[in-house]
Amino acid sequence: MDPIASHAPDFFRDEKGESAKLMGRSLRNRALSTLCVALSLLTLIPLLSIIVLLLQKGLPLLSWRIFTELPPAAGMVGGGFGNAIRGTLVMVGLGLAMSAPIGMLSAIYIIEYGPVTRLAQSVRIVAKLLTGIPSIICGVFAFAIVVATTGGFSAWAGGVALAVLMLPTILLTSEQALLGVQTAYREASYGLGATKFQTIVRVVLPDALPAMMTGVMLAVARGAGETAPLLFTALFSQFWAKSLSEPTASLSVLIYNFSTYPYPHQTQMAWTASLVLVAFVTLANVTAQLVFSKRS
Amino acid sequence: MTDDLNGPSPGRPDFLTVRDFDFFYGKKQALFDINMDIPEKQVTAFIGPSGCGKSTLLRNFNRMNELIDGINHTGDIRLLGQSIFDKSVEVIALRRRIGIVFQKSNPFPKSIYENIVYGLRISGENRKSVLDEAVERSLRGAALWDEAKDRLHESALGLSGGQMQRLCIARAIANQPKVLLMDEPCSALDPIATVKVEELIHELKQEFTIVIVTHNMQQATRCSDRTAFFYLGKLIEYAETQKIFSNPAQKQTEDYITGRFG
Repeated sequence: MDPIASHAPDFFRDEKGESAKLMGRSLRNRALSTLCVALSLLTLIPLLSIIVLLLQKGLPLLSWRIFTELPPAAGMVGGGFGNAIRGTLVMVGLGLAMSAPIGMLSAIYIIEYGPVTRLAQSVRIVAKLLTGIPSIICGVFAFAIVVATTGGFSAWAGGVALAVLMLPTILLTSEQALLGVQTAYREASYGLGATKFQTIVRVVLPDALPAMMTGVMLAVARGAGETAPLLFTALFSQFWAKSLSEPTASLSVLIYNFSTYPYPHQTQMAWTASLVLVAFVTLANVTAQLVFSKRS
Repeated sequence: MTDDLNGPSPGRPDFLTVRDFDFFYGKKQALFDINMDIPEKQVTAFIGPSGCGKSTLLRNFNRMNELIDGINHTGDIRLLGQSIFDKSVEVIALRRRIGIVFQKSNPFPKSIYENIVYGLRISGENRKSVLDEAVERSLRGAALWDEAKDRLHESALGLSGGQMQRLCIARAIANQPKVLLMDEPCSALDPIATVKVEELIHELKQEFTIVIVTHNMQQATRCSDRTAFFYLGKLIEYAETQKIFSNPAQKQTEDYITGRFG
């Protein structure tokens, strides 16, 4: 028995019929806690089943040749999708190279230079609107400004489409990361005679970088998985791309193409490609977390 | 402190001067026609109820208020006769001359060493011998050397609250400022750490001119030479600390220090 209750039984005597109310409150409390736990477990189910399914269907074909060989012709077996893996890496890299500097520097402008200026506020609103834009529109946009003007599908065009897609994610997460840096750090730096630039480079960015990198990785994960923007821009290719100016294969378009083929080998390759894509995104995420959590 | 203990005041009586100073946050006026002379190498305490403008004035001395949008002032503040608002004054140079310690200690999430040399590094000093010397001098100056000398390269965030505040003082004096501003430096510290910082203030005034904002009346009597009482943005009374607390000229001052309001 509770030590206080044993010493002072009167203290807990039910005088005004409160115990029923108390019981009700504690029951509701327990019910809600249980519900939260149950629903949290529920969210794990789709994620875990996707992984199990991918492993089940994708593992049988996984081998070294997948990474080094070209896709087989329709109806043929063997081969791999090395060109698609490289294409995805190249185009995500291009997209990142274009969107990360713009997104991060815009976020720095918004937070550090002009939170109340009209330019900063417009940029923030535009970025928020951009996050809601369907990815296929990014593809159409890049088609219009790159494919239509250069006269062909290319990795460049794919990179531009992915950059447009990634930009708002990078900008908005960077903005949050910068907002998370304590004002006291900035004050300390200015108080010691630092310029704005020094304060940003030496104090704000080191503190915000891990969170900013998480945003970049989110953008990479999103970009790597998108099919629609690449269908209009990089299209697909059965071969190794010799330059950035020709149609380029990507994992997501390969999955899209092969999963609709009537040949079981191609279907199975689509599963393996899905597994590789998920593994690639996860790996990128985990390394970023490890590298940047160590630095902070 | 009485003059008998300290001898004649060691420096210029008009080291830092405030003239006809009005200050506005947007349309709201926070300071009204402030005039005061802050003497060199003495401790001047600013007291008054919250919102009376004492921190606002303190933060004008090194133009920290300029980090806020929509501020404005009329009148002047001069350091050794030169206006701190003059176009020829670089604000980053001013803040090296007039250092500041904040209410809540704010060491960077860096090592103790890097915290102290921050001010030197940003001014382009990267020679190890100079930095090492500055670290030892500043930590000794802030009475933190013995506690910190074996962990200079560990994170400053591992220090106790009082040590962190003394680290912030060390970081400020590493710049070798002329004036040290302290904005309620002890309000987040326990009594023992407070005593240490107050002892430190006594040491520091040999070398620096100190202005301290405090809510703690005992603290003002313990460590300041002169005290200024602010109320509703006005400087009500400014005199030797002993006089303010034993024989204030204004009724408002007396009411405040005896705890009748505020």
